[in-house]
Amino acid sequence: MKTDRPERAEARPRHPLVELTRARLIEFIREPSAIFWVFVFPVLLTIGLGIAFRDEAGEVHRLALVGEGAASVASTLSTDPRFAATEASAQAAHDALRAGRIDLALSASPPGAGSPGWSLHYRYDPSNPRGRAARRAVDDTLQRALGRTDVASTDDVAIAEPGSRYIDFLVPGLLGVNLMGTGLWGIGYAIVQSRRKRLMRRFAVTPMRRSHFLLSYIIARFVFMVFEVVALLVFAGWAFDVTTHGSLGALAAVVVVGTASFAGLSVLVASRTSNAETASGLMNLVMLPMWVASGVFFSYERFPEALHPVVQALPLTALIDALRAVMNQGQGLGAVVAQLGVMALWGGLSFAVALKIFRWQ
Amino acid sequence: MSAELAIACRGLRRRFGALVAVDGLELEVVRGECFALLGPNGAGKTTTVEMIEGLSAPDEGAIEVLGQRWGEGAASDRRLRARIGAQLQETQLDERLTVAETLRLFASFFPSGRSVDGLIALVELESKRAARVGHLSGGQRQRLALACALAGDPSVLCLDEPTTGLDPQARRRVWDVIQGFRAEGGTVLLTTHYMGEAEVLADRVGIMDRGRIIALGTPAELIERVGAEQLVVFSVDGPLDGERVAALPGILRYREGAGGSHHVALGRDPEALAVLMKELARQDRSLRQLTTHEPTLEDVFVELTGRALRED
Repeated sequence: MKTDRPERAEARPRHPLVELTRARLIEFIREPSAIFWVFVFPVLLTIGLGIAFRDEAGEVHRLALVGEGAASVASTLSTDPRFAATEASAQAAHDALRAGRIDLALSASPPGAGSPGWSLHYRYDPSNPRGRAARRAVDDTLQRALGRTDVASTDDVAIAEPGSRYIDFLVPGLLGVNLMGTGLWGIGYAIVQSRRKRLMRRFAVTPMRRSHFLLSYIIARFVFMVFEVVALLVFAGWAFDVTTHGSLGALAAVVVVGTASFAGLSVLVASRTSNAETASGLMNLVMLPMWVASGVFFSYERFPEALHPVVQALPLTALIDALRAVMNQGQGLGAVVAQLGVMALWGGLSFAVALKIFRWQ
Repeated sequence: MSAELAIACRGLRRRFGALVAVDGLELEVVRGECFALLGPNGAGKTTTVEMIEGLSAPDEGAIEVLGQRWGEGAASDRRLRARIGAQLQETQLDERLTVAETLRLFASFFPSGRSVDGLIALVELESKRAARVGHLSGGQRQRLALACALAGDPSVLCLDEPTTGLDPQARRRVWDVIQGFRAEGGTVLLTTHYMGEAEVLADRVGIMDRGRIIALGTPAELIERVGAEQLVVFSVDGPLDGERVAALPGILRYREGAGGSHHVALGRDPEALAVLMKELARQDRSLRQLTTHEPTLEDVFVELTGRALRED
């Protein structure tokens, strides 16, 4: 009687881990909002940031011209495509500068009774790099037009080649932050929901192995991670020419270790609470510091040097640094051993603690 | 422990803070029988069943299920779980999975058991096979929960209020499944606060109140304890001299109930009701309302505790 009848073979359940993982995948696919956050949101974010930061090297300086010499300066600058200059009243220029619509306000007075030469009065925010750049470019152009001769010959080589643009820096950062977000939400939130809805209790009275239950969330996460990473990288390659300079094998290894690291963290975050608000608070507590510190949008080198070891010990920093090393600098796994170690340590320790303190009901 | 016992609980105690939910409970369920724990909400029924299922541990006392104790290692606990089918109170299942997917998942946890198709046929959910759990009616969900409990072909079935909130027809279909399991020699422990359910399904009933079993026996034995053939509840249009009523021949007991109602237990004498009517006339009271019924487990509970089983 134990022989498998062929017509029943399809309906016969397989290994519990397979069936649990299958259930996780089905649940996820039937949850439209999850699809949005995992696949659509990262692509939208890349589009938005890619457009906002495109062609920063060849950017246009926006400035307002005031004073008696405004018309004359405007005609000098109008031949140069790097400048978008408009004449304005002193008040309008002041307002536009404060609102960020222009980078620089220039008040120009031609030679007159008071002074023998032109007098140029620049107004800008020195902490804003766009203001400083506009000040330099406009001043150089006007000084030369008024007869200044440069003593050395100069030659500019623009580095706009793939791998060194801002978008090349940004995409690994977004990939990392996305792996963190979907990892924590995808596993942590799902576990908390299952505890809150008392689904977990029902499983606890079956002979199901508890490790299978937790592993199924992690395996399902890895399956979706593949789609998520491919979607983001294919899109970034197609839309912004962002390519991976290192080997795809090294990239895959970094992504897998990073995903495992955040899987461990998410099980830890979800190990006790059955309250959705507590869970989302905990997740934000974990993620927010890394959003800020781990160099997603700008290099963490801008933080004081004393903080660097702390920042580098964060799992997201390790993931993003390793991704940038492989994608932008074309390095192999040997160059990112330290980062892989940091991620493995976070993931492994979190998972071990989570198993100890995990609450089933 | 005797080989015939499926479940044995000795001196079971469980506290939640200051509340003693289960207070020195003794319970034996024989193999092949259906045992019902009957009691009001908060009597400790669910706490007891969850300890028997190994979901929580007692503070004091010992539990043996099928001759085995909980907590003797993970592998031993898993072996025992494989032989127990459990339906928790208001079992929650994932609403996004279909009936067939849910059963397939549960069946995979057990080393042996019925096929998914067999389970679906057992609880008559063939037409809902591909329906998501979230779209099932209350009765269909309860039957699916029952099928999940039966997935591992268990020896013992623990059902915690399997029909609460169901209409009579849906309740009957759940009963059919439970009786089918009994017919194959399975042991059932169920909790309920419906006396009718205990009377239909159970070989023996334990009436539970405040963490203890206060009466134990077959439904017939328990009803026998009321010692009356008929119970009469009536109300009249004014005050009544109760002492005279209680002293009437053929009247076993008299008590005044809530809202001006009067409760009388009548013995075997067929004249007893007529005697009561004469006494009312003698006291110059006319009837407003009168009902009579044969004693039920509900009356047993009222006799024992002075409170009603269900206060809703």
